[in-house]
Amino acid sequence: MRIAVLSGKGGTGKTLVAVNLATVGAPSIYVDCDVEEPNGHLFFKPVDIHEEEITVRIPIVDHTACTGCRKCVEFCNFNALAYTDKLLVFDDVCHSCGGCLLVCQENALAEREKNIGRVQAGTSGDVSVLTGILNPGEASGIPIIHRLLDSSGEAKASTPVFIDCPPGSACIVMESIKDADYCVLVAEPTIFGVHNLNMVYELVSLFQKPFGVVLNKCLKGENPAEAFCVEHGIKILARIPFDHELGLLNSDAKIAAQEDETYQELFWHLLQTVGQEVTDETTAHS
Amino acid sequence: MKQLLILSGKGGTGKTTLASAFIKLSGARAYADCDVDAPNLHLITGWTAEPKRSDYYGLPVAEIDPDLCTGCDLCRQHCRFDSIESGETYRVLAFSCEGCGVCEYVCPAGAARMARQTSGELMLYRDEERVFSTARLKMGSGTSGLLVSEVKANMKEEAEDAPFAIIDGSPGIGCPVIASLSGVDMVLIVAEPSVSGISDMERIIRTAGTFGVQTAVCINKSNTNAVNAEKIKTFCKERGLPFVGEIPFDPCAVEAINDGKTIVDIDCISGVAAKGVYEQTMKLLFKEEGSKHYERKLQSEL
Repeated sequence: MRIAVLSGKGGTGKTLVAVNLATVGAPSIYVDCDVEEPNGHLFFKPVDIHEEEITVRIPIVDHTACTGCRKCVEFCNFNALAYTDKLLVFDDVCHSCGGCLLVCQENALAEREKNIGRVQAGTSGDVSVLTGILNPGEASGIPIIHRLLDSSGEAKASTPVFIDCPPGSACIVMESIKDADYCVLVAEPTIFGVHNLNMVYELVSLFQKPFGVVLNKCLKGENPAEAFCVEHGIKILARIPFDHELGLLNSDAKIAAQEDETYQELFWHLLQTVGQEVTDETTAHS
Repeated sequence: MKQLLILSGKGGTGKTTLASAFIKLSGARAYADCDVDAPNLHLITGWTAEPKRSDYYGLPVAEIDPDLCTGCDLCRQHCRFDSIESGETYRVLAFSCEGCGVCEYVCPAGAARMARQTSGELMLYRDEERVFSTARLKMGSGTSGLLVSEVKANMKEEAEDAPFAIIDGSPGIGCPVIASLSGVDMVLIVAEPSVSGISDMERIIRTAGTFGVQTAVCINKSNTNAVNAEKIKTFCKERGLPFVGEIPFDPCAVEAINDGKTIVDIDCISGVAAKGVYEQTMKLLFKEEGSKHYERKLQSEL
């Protein structure tokens, strides 16, 4: 069972939900795909950490072989190459497609590995914690996400995997949810929250992923996110109240389900509900 | 044009809430929402007239003509983004295609071709006094950095003589953030007093530092964790980063936003505090005319 937790808007509680689900679902695997700002490891404080450097391939020029034909410059759709008095490579805009090497007739280009970040694997009790970390200044964490998802894919089918996604609805989120069996959308009760919930709602619908919504930071009175779910017939999986105590635990990077029975129960119920949803989906499609 | 960019690293710390307050307080004649993955500033800036809309074309995406495809598999072997699926006929997974054109180059049958496609929509609101530039990236598209650059270019073009502009950024530290950093005079980081918030703040400060942009820090929801709020202040002091104030958590802020108002439109503690942060920020931004202005022209989409 692979569960992706996403939200569109940032700060709605993706990490809160993913970390706590992985905790009550242990033995489990928690995968932090928010490689630009990974936070799950701050909660789990994993030990026995193994680190793997993630690299991409960047062209290097053999200036003695380069004839200045500019074929590679013309080919590169990312403008990562330019020819002045010699061929220049702009590493930070290179997408590592390898096209320049293919078009070079003179064998003047080769590739080197460039480090863009790392994947950390560790354990926290019965939870395996996989964290992707993009180096500041790097543009794309997608190669790190690929590595994370490959690693987590090696796990036994019976071990639940919880994927903490980056915010937004761009390519990086699609990569994160591609192999998920079910998506948990976390929404907060503001008009911002609803607007962004609508975007991820479109995203999971486009990908034909089964999904449900967790309403977080619920205050008394009207909840625009709840109204949105009712209007669109979206399953509400759980309601997490706005609670200073929970806020404090969370801001100190403590795992609520370990600290407080009420929250242990809340997330346990959420996990059961999600599990049931996944089972129903499997039955419906078999 | 002096440009102030509001960033946070972590999402949901209050970038848009603060940006909208700053826009109100400054009467800014130019502003933009660069969070093209999840834009929200338009919900709260009170524009009723329809914007001028234009299509945004990102990089072209590959297509394979099944009638011409011979199934030689070369495109799949050469695609570094695993974007080509084999089968009875070969097809391109448009969502992961980065538009490099390698498949088109290696295809001996002329079946793989690069096709232009819309990847989003740019929207420009304007009246006699103000210009507001925003956009929305199409679901699941890449090239958000390029769209961010277009949002900023639209704003500058339409409000050339505006002395000051406010730009609402996106969370994270990757390509849209890097694109938004280019050419701005100052970054204001909205930090949140949580362990996650501090970690994310440190990463965005390092990223802004990589691109040489002056950075100031404020704290939002500061009273939700006093210990962590202190840690942020100490961090700023140690690094010599200007600290421009703090805003307490305020339930009225949620109410104001849900009414489509900014926090300085109503009488509330967060509004008063935001005003203090605004004044400190402006002082810093206009301290020395022609102050450090690092322009790093990005070659293209990041």
